Amino acid sequence: MATDEKIYQILSKFDQDKTRLMDILLSIHEDQGFVSADDMRKLSESLGISYAQVQETATFYHFFSNTPKGKYNIYLNNSITSVLKGRAAVKEAFEYYCGTAFGSVSEDGLFGLFDTSCIGMNDQEPAAIINDKIFTNLTPFRVKQLVDDMRKGLSAEELMYEDFGSGNNADPDIRAMVTNNIRKKSIILKKDYEPFSFLTSKLKTMSPEEVIAEIEASNLRGRGGAGFPTGLKWRFGRRTAGKHRVIICNADEGEPGTFKDRVLLTEYPELIFEGMVVAAYATGADIGLLYLRYEYKYLYHFLNRKLTEMRKKNFLGESIAGMDGFDFDIRIQLGAGAYVCGEESALIESLEGKRGEPRDKPPFPVEKGYLGYPTIVNNVETLATAVKILHHGAAWYSSFGTKDSLGTKLLSISGDCRFPGIYEVEWGTTLREIVAMSGAEDVQAIQVGGPSGMIIGMKDVNNMDNSELMKWYKPSGMMIAEKFFDRKLSYSDLPTGGSIMIFDNSRDLLSEVVMNFMNFFIEESCASCSTCRNIPLLMKNKLQKIIDGHGIRQDIYDLLNWGKILKASRCGLGQTAGNPILSSIFHFRHLYEQRIQSLTQFDSGFSLEKATEASRKYLNKKPVFHHF
Amino acid sequence: MENTENKIKITLDGKTIYARKGSTIVEAARENGIYIPTLCHFEGADPKACCRICTVKINNRFMTSCTTPVSEGMEIENNTEEINDLRKSIVELLFVSGNHFCPTCEKSGNCELQALAYRFKMLVPRFPFSFPRKEVDASNPKIVKEQNRCILCKRCIKTIRDEEGRHYFAYKNRGQHLEVVLDPVLGADMPDELAKKAMENCPTGSILYKGKGFEQPIGTRKYDNQPIGSEIENQS
Ligand code: SF4
Ligand code: SF4
Ligand code: FES
Repeated sequence: MATDEKIYQILSKFDQDKTRLMDILLSIHEDQGFVSADDMRKLSESLGISYAQVQETATFYHFFSNTPKGKYNIYLNNSITSVLKGRAAVKEAFEYYCGTAFGSVSEDGLFGLFDTSCIGMNDQEPAAIINDKIFTNLTPFRVKQLVDDMRKGLSAEELMYEDFGSGNNADPDIRAMVTNNIRKKSIILKKDYEPFSFLTSKLKTMSPEEVIAEIEASNLRGRGGAGFPTGLKWRFGRRTAGKHRVIICNADEGEPGTFKDRVLLTEYPELIFEGMVVAAYATGADIGLLYLRYEYKYLYHFLNRKLTEMRKKNFLGESIAGMDGFDFDIRIQLGAGAYVCGEESALIESLEGKRGEPRDKPPFPVEKGYLGYPTIVNNVETLATAVKILHHGAAWYSSFGTKDSLGTKLLSISGDCRFPGIYEVEWGTTLREIVAMSGAEDVQAIQVGGPSGMIIGMKDVNNMDNSELMKWYKPSGMMIAEKFFDRKLSYSDLPTGGSIMIFDNSRDLLSEVVMNFMNFFIEESCASCSTCRNIPLLMKNKLQKIIDGHGIRQDIYDLLNWGKILKASRCGLGQTAGNPILSSIFHFRHLYEQRIQSLTQFDSGFSLEKATEASRKYLNKKPVFHHF
Repeated sequence: MENTENKIKITLDGKTIYARKGSTIVEAARENGIYIPTLCHFEGADPKACCRICTVKINNRFMTSCTTPVSEGMEIENNTEEINDLRKSIVELLFVSGNHFCPTCEKSGNCELQALAYRFKMLVPRFPFSFPRKEVDASNPKIVKEQNRCILCKRCIKTIRDEEGRHYFAYKNRGQHLEVVLDPVLGADMPDELAKKAMENCPTGSILYKGKGFEQPIGTRKYDNQPIGSEIENQS
């Protein structure tokens, strides 16, 4: 429980503004590791909202807690790649050496062990966050070392042995073990551009309209996954009247398997911030916000330093770069652990200090966004790309990629391959090329676009009739089988935010991969839609029934029909939450058919024998079960 | 002939109707004697589409009609087999995810969830019951919050506030742990009127005003005699 003095200090730092509740709660956590009921009561009195409202925000985010946590809090990533790379042994080691189970704090209050959704380190798993620092490539041996050192009282920083990763990860303001693994550079990643040179020269010769027109001419589409035309978004934002306009950079990279924004934030922060300034110029925005996922908190000071440097050079602030009347500044807002905040309207709710619950659309953020102002939300990669386009011109950009998908895309490749990491490829790259360049062998399936995407398989074994499914199912993220490996990454064939996970033939797609994805959606749903709150769990249980050998053909049909109901959910999370199952039925139907009982018409999945086992043993009775 | 000035033309299940500019699809339909079921929506409060039961199809996309404003020429699919089955499945979802034992419920006959189950002729839900373990919170002096019956529709959150706009009810947690809780501080001296209003605004029996439950006998209540929606459909 924080002292009154401390609480009021924090409250006044944020002007007792309820829309800054995220920062207020983050500060209290920074100070004491949790926020108590009493703290929430104090906050509610000063912020003019009820205790229940404070609690509503405080209980939504994964990294908030209302009970004391450990002196060291270990959040072990539970993404599928972490699992494939040995998570189970690492988890066991933590539990053994810390003397407590995951989901709890050790009795001596030293260690808190927690599972956490993908932390954006899929190319160096298993990875964990310990007191906001990232620890990658964990092994049971390394865990023992870490725990020994923690018992000695070393700080999280000292635990790293100054063993820092590549590039800016060794920067004094980052000091992380994280490596960049940039494996293929093209027009965005090539360091052939002096940061801010567009802002200080060519921009001054262009009107906002011209900037928008150039972006439109390049056909740039949102790189977060949804693919909305960026120029059009800017145009809409500019067109809507408002006392203020807002540019938000969405750095809440939460789709499991993606980590390219992390690398951009580490190595190309100037490009991202310049993109925000340019977007502000084009749209007439004066407020800039970068929403940084909590998992990337280790980048916070570094990014803030970059902003300070920009202010000194007058690239932020008033009359930017000498352009009269062009005022704009950027603030970094940390999240607190919620995948759904990657959805732009949920992100805005979070920025306003509320639970990250998506808004109903219309109105769209460009009409009514942050605090009601017209708001343009762009992904990190989109903003970086925009600067390069404007610098070189749309015509130059159009010479890359395919007819319907111009330019390049950053891919985060992980899973069963020799060279996981970041690849900047031109649109039109085939999955076969991805297999080759990432050094993957014996590939069974590729997951394109993360769990909300699609799984594509390696072998031509799926000859089932999918016509019923085809009528309505358009997977946005997918698991893909080999006969489809000539499919191309592009907006007309395989659109993707860039998460590519590869699974070889040793993997059990249903019980390992699909189950992991379903658990992810169940955990991360904001749960306000009746559909998204309930259907994924029902589908998961049904899949478990099939995996357990109790499935019948009707169960497959049920899964298809139930997946369809999800399409009535409010946001992309719910609408795609059935995709792990739907896309694996689509591409790997045989895995389901193999497991069901083909001759049985009904199986409740309930075993009377099993259910009565304990009591039978106790009573020492052997009743006769009649099987029909 | 109806006055079509200031009105826009939309098509609902192929039938042309006139709608007030700025009205939502639900309102437009109701003003034309067409009932689109709603559950989380509460007239007069800002809609927040949680239950999804008012879903319609526009341009082959699902949209919630309680939040979507009408626009000129809009073509809406409402009373189709697909949409009706979707709505029925949502009612079923709400039943299996809670513990709704209508015969013992104080709200029976006045409950909108129950009434919708009748309207959609729900017999055995297509989903397995989950029989979750939920609490009954009777700590408040005036209200019993029966979590087994809460369908998390947010109506209480949206409509029960004090003069300063502070919420008596709020969500807590997310995912499978989501619940609606009554503020222990504000709730401690909740005005009588507000407590009664909370019970009335709740579509189910999740908010009970203490000592009031069975005042009106079951069998004589709102939906015991008249199916939900009939007041709109029979208004001409
Ligand atoms: S679809 Fe799921 S995550 Fe999205 S708003 Fe609805 S409940 Fe929340
Ligand atoms: S208590 Fe009633 S009004 Fe409130 S969310 Fe639950 S069902 Fe809806
Ligand atoms: S009434 Fe429209 S979503 Fe609930």
